[in-house]
Amino acid sequence: MQSDNHNDIIDRDDAVISIRGLYKSFGALDVLKGIDLDLHKGENVAVLGRSGTGKSVLIKILVGLLMPDAGKVNVLGQEVDKLKGKELDALRLKIGFSFQNSALYDSMDVRRNLEFPLRMNFKSLTKKEIDKAVEEVLDAVGLLDKINQLPSDLSGGQKKRIGIARTLILKPEIMLYDEPTSGLDPITSVEINDLINDVQRRYHTSSIIITHDLTCAKVTANRVAILLDGAFLKVGTFADVFATKEERIQSFFNYNFIT
Amino acid sequence: MGTGSKKFLLSKGLDNYFIGVYNAYKFIGRFFKEAFKSPFHFREIINQCFEIGLKALPLITLTGFITGIVFTKQSRPSLETFGATSWLPSLISIAILRALASLVTALICSGKVGSSIGAELGSMRVTEQIDAMEVSAINPFKFLVTTRVLATTITVPILALYCGFVALLGSFVNINAHEATSFISFFEHGFDTITFLDIFTSVTKSIFFGFTIGIVGCYKGYNASSGTVGVGRAANQAVVLSMFLVFIEEVVIVQVSNWIRLY
Repeated sequence: MQSDNHNDIIDRDDAVISIRGLYKSFGALDVLKGIDLDLHKGENVAVLGRSGTGKSVLIKILVGLLMPDAGKVNVLGQEVDKLKGKELDALRLKIGFSFQNSALYDSMDVRRNLEFPLRMNFKSLTKKEIDKAVEEVLDAVGLLDKINQLPSDLSGGQKKRIGIARTLILKPEIMLYDEPTSGLDPITSVEINDLINDVQRRYHTSSIIITHDLTCAKVTANRVAILLDGAFLKVGTFADVFATKEERIQSFFNYNFIT
Repeated sequence: MGTGSKKFLLSKGLDNYFIGVYNAYKFIGRFFKEAFKSPFHFREIINQCFEIGLKALPLITLTGFITGIVFTKQSRPSLETFGATSWLPSLISIAILRALASLVTALICSGKVGSSIGAELGSMRVTEQIDAMEVSAINPFKFLVTTRVLATTITVPILALYCGFVALLGSFVNINAHEATSFISFFEHGFDTITFLDIFTSVTKSIFFGFTIGIVGCYKGYNASSGTVGVGRAANQAVVLSMFLVFIEEVVIVQVSNWIRLY
């Protein structure tokens, strides 16, 4: 599939996320300048771009942490910016958000980190059911033996895995990964990439992966979108995008491979 | 267009000041809205009460005891001049229960608890832990702010009463060392002059102090930015602002209670 700039609006009716003409600025700084993107059911889309191009802003808008200035953001059939209170919470329960720095709760051990969203959202669950859910997701990320450890005792890669496990415990339909491999060594990065693919297979999630790691994008994404200067320069398969002659995209790829 | 040409309604400083005041009022308003709405997180409130009490208790015990001894020692010479040392228990009780206990407790809690809340929430803000709660459909304001403010509002008055008791003990130790006054006699004399209004005013003051320490610490921490520097700034501002407000409240409440006493 060859796509031109951000005109990658595939005429499919299985989009779980649909973004049209999204604008976002902070003061005088225009971060997103009218972007369009669809995420289809079961696919992984990687958003590639340099630091400060608004990649994280994009996914924060998808969960209502930031409000768009203009444009439509439709997630699972609902306009995110029009939702409030319980409606927004109900939507958020269907979206897993893996933070760049894991954002594990320092004061809680791994078990309590994982239990916390369940206990707060599903008061009727029994201890046995919660324990089972915790063990299941920890097993899925391969860290069952860390259940009683504090986040401060975990390595960067382990924190990322626990952060992903904490989102998986709510059985989300959509996963949003914010720089999943940043700050990790190459071997741990490969493990995280495998985990992202495993999550897609096992939990049938659709994902947006924010990254500037080309290997991560290549290995995990069905499509990649290049975000530069607040707009998608190109959206398509990794091979399509990599083959493009666009100078700014080429310089982005070249720089990444050199470094 | 550069930022230098940005237009302000009054001036940069005044605009920021009024925006800050507006945001603080909005924050307080949100607290009252959330505090009376379920879920109430009773377990977390009790946890926080325990945390706050435990953090401040050793320091309050030491400071209260020393305050009692020093205040008695300093007051003795003046009363001796008039041969009125028998008034020491009454004088000390009035001073401690009306003013010192609640003020000393509030100042200690501003330093110990206010800074800790500011730093904890500030750190949670800059490491995206608060955002993580929000995207998990958990109301972070309710879970973090409401519980902590309620906990300080409940705990500070209890600590103030305890501080008053310990300070009176300190005073008794000093008086007992000079005159062989019995424990019961000391407290009988001490409480002779204490009225219900004194205790009521002291507890009311402490409730205000507790609320102030909690809300200021939470406000500064919850709105922290700029990484680790922001966390330090939040903790520092929480202490400075809550101490300043405690003194202002002290003056206002003392004035109001004096009017009540007059009528």
